[in-house]
Amino acid sequence: MSTDTSSGRGAATSTDTAVPGLAAGVGSAAPGRPDVGRAFGALLWRDVFVTGRELVPFLLQVVLQPVFLLFVFGKVLVELGFATSQYSDVLLPGVIALTAFLTALQNTAFPLVIDFSFTKEIEDRLLAPLPTALVAVEKIVFSLLRALVAAAVMFPISWWVLGTLPVQWGDLPLLTAFLVLGSLVGAVMGMTLGTFVKPNRINVVFAVVLTPLLFTGSTQFPWQSLDTLRWFQVVCALNPLTYVSEALRAEMAPDVPHLPLWLCALALAGFLVVFGVTSLVGFRRRALD
Amino acid sequence: MDAAVQVTDLVKRYPGRPVNAVDGISFTVARGEVFGLLGPNGAGKTTTIGVLTTRVLPTSGTASVAGVDVAADPVTARSRLSVVPQRSNLDRALTARQNLVFHAAYHGVGRAERNRRADALLEQLGLGGRGGDKVDDYSGGMAQRLLIARALMHAPQVVFLDEPSTGLDPQARLFVWDRIRELREGGVTVVLTTHDMDEAAALSDRVGIMDHGRLLALDTPAALTRSLPGSATLDIDVARAAEDTDDAVLAALAPLAERVEQVADGSGLRARLYLSGDAAALVGPVSEALGARHARLTGVRIGEPSLEDVFLSLTGRELR
Repeated sequence: MSTDTSSGRGAATSTDTAVPGLAAGVGSAAPGRPDVGRAFGALLWRDVFVTGRELVPFLLQVVLQPVFLLFVFGKVLVELGFATSQYSDVLLPGVIALTAFLTALQNTAFPLVIDFSFTKEIEDRLLAPLPTALVAVEKIVFSLLRALVAAAVMFPISWWVLGTLPVQWGDLPLLTAFLVLGSLVGAVMGMTLGTFVKPNRINVVFAVVLTPLLFTGSTQFPWQSLDTLRWFQVVCALNPLTYVSEALRAEMAPDVPHLPLWLCALALAGFLVVFGVTSLVGFRRRALD
Repeated sequence: MDAAVQVTDLVKRYPGRPVNAVDGISFTVARGEVFGLLGPNGAGKTTTIGVLTTRVLPTSGTASVAGVDVAADPVTARSRLSVVPQRSNLDRALTARQNLVFHAAYHGVGRAERNRRADALLEQLGLGGRGGDKVDDYSGGMAQRLLIARALMHAPQVVFLDEPSTGLDPQARLFVWDRIRELREGGVTVVLTTHDMDEAAALSDRVGIMDHGRLLALDTPAALTRSLPGSATLDIDVARAAEDTDDAVLAALAPLAERVEQVADGSGLRARLYLSGDAAALVGPVSEALGARHARLTGVRIGEPSLEDVFLSLTGRELR
């Protein structure tokens, strides 16, 4: 062995019987195809592990804005008599949809910009033994998980803020299905933004994209009642969030006019395919030269 | 030859660029070899390494690492290679030890085994006791050692190191060099890119010099420096016979070297002989030639060419 230059470190390699040299286990690596599923699981576990340690900051980050929305528009305005209590029925499903959709979107967009352009932390994942597209899919799945947690937390908070929660156990399967679909669309839209926008433009783009998304997603109003404001109705129809809000409203506030569920599902599936493709193309462009 | 890395007619052209970043290079790195890839900025080194590490798609030609075609089966290739980047890309949400353990988990190393390897490697790289620190608290040298540890966690067959000692203090640099030599002793193939000629000469079994996307030279550092025409020098001090002249002595020596010039005219005659090959072997013939003229050799100094001389003669002196 060559001379060890750091003081007192010379003995470490020779006394360590577990690993004889620096090249531990070299040549013994089983030459076969690596286990892709296991690699995918490990990537996901790393993200869940890190989020689990930062659960409170994470929840504050994603839940504070919708809680204030709900409180001011669903509670304060109603108390002051500027809105009827029926308005909180309109608002609540929209705010839950918004929470899931934007959490998913922001979770793929911002971290990817930072990872690809500045910290390069993603490189170790890109060198893991799984196809590059699956590294992207893992990010999407992880965003979905975060979005579902954020949405789930909104239910007890809504109950606490508004005093009622118009949800039956029987609503859960459909609610979950649409929250999953909506979060996936949010995640792939976020990844598309995060991989196509130049890093130095990301602040501007987010300001320009997020605010309109927030206010054209039919979260604060039922889409069908926009008949009198035709141009705005068309703009809202282009926002995928509209279909999540409308679907949740159909379940939680069936008396409020809403789009049929099949239409919402179809629209979201369409957005998922389109942005799913652009997100994977964008990710591949950043990951491979 | 048992090839760890095989590159054949590799070409990479980035879209919209007028010239090839890598322009048809071929080379082979044997198993257990330390191979240095040198070249000025923009020579195509990084692109070549990018192809070999599955991050750059080749335009044409083939490249394989540990017997796996990197373009056809990047997933298997990734399980057999690893990369030590020039700039830290450690996971800053994790501790040092967690960086190692999660990396091994990505590569399917079992829980007990990855914990054991992480502890052993932290110890071997002088980071024992610092495994619980956040990597943000690590100095540049510690981060570099942790990057090396991480690269070894999944027992790769080929390790790619990009500028392994840039920005390190001399102690850390020597430490890293020693670890690289240990890797070779352990049968791991090492491919390193560097601007540091001393590093390349000290570590590499063979060196490839690239420029403008082409491989200009490929050989052992010693053979490369030997091959450089007229770069080895032999400085001699001569006490000539009184009746002789400096010019006549120099003329007598001229057939022995490629070029002879008088360096300074102090108390006696001092001359510099430029030659190719081994300067030391010329001392005898020079002494004989002087003896025939009744002159005495009173001093000798050998100047060996360095890898840097080879590099500059191949790639020129203009700034990139």
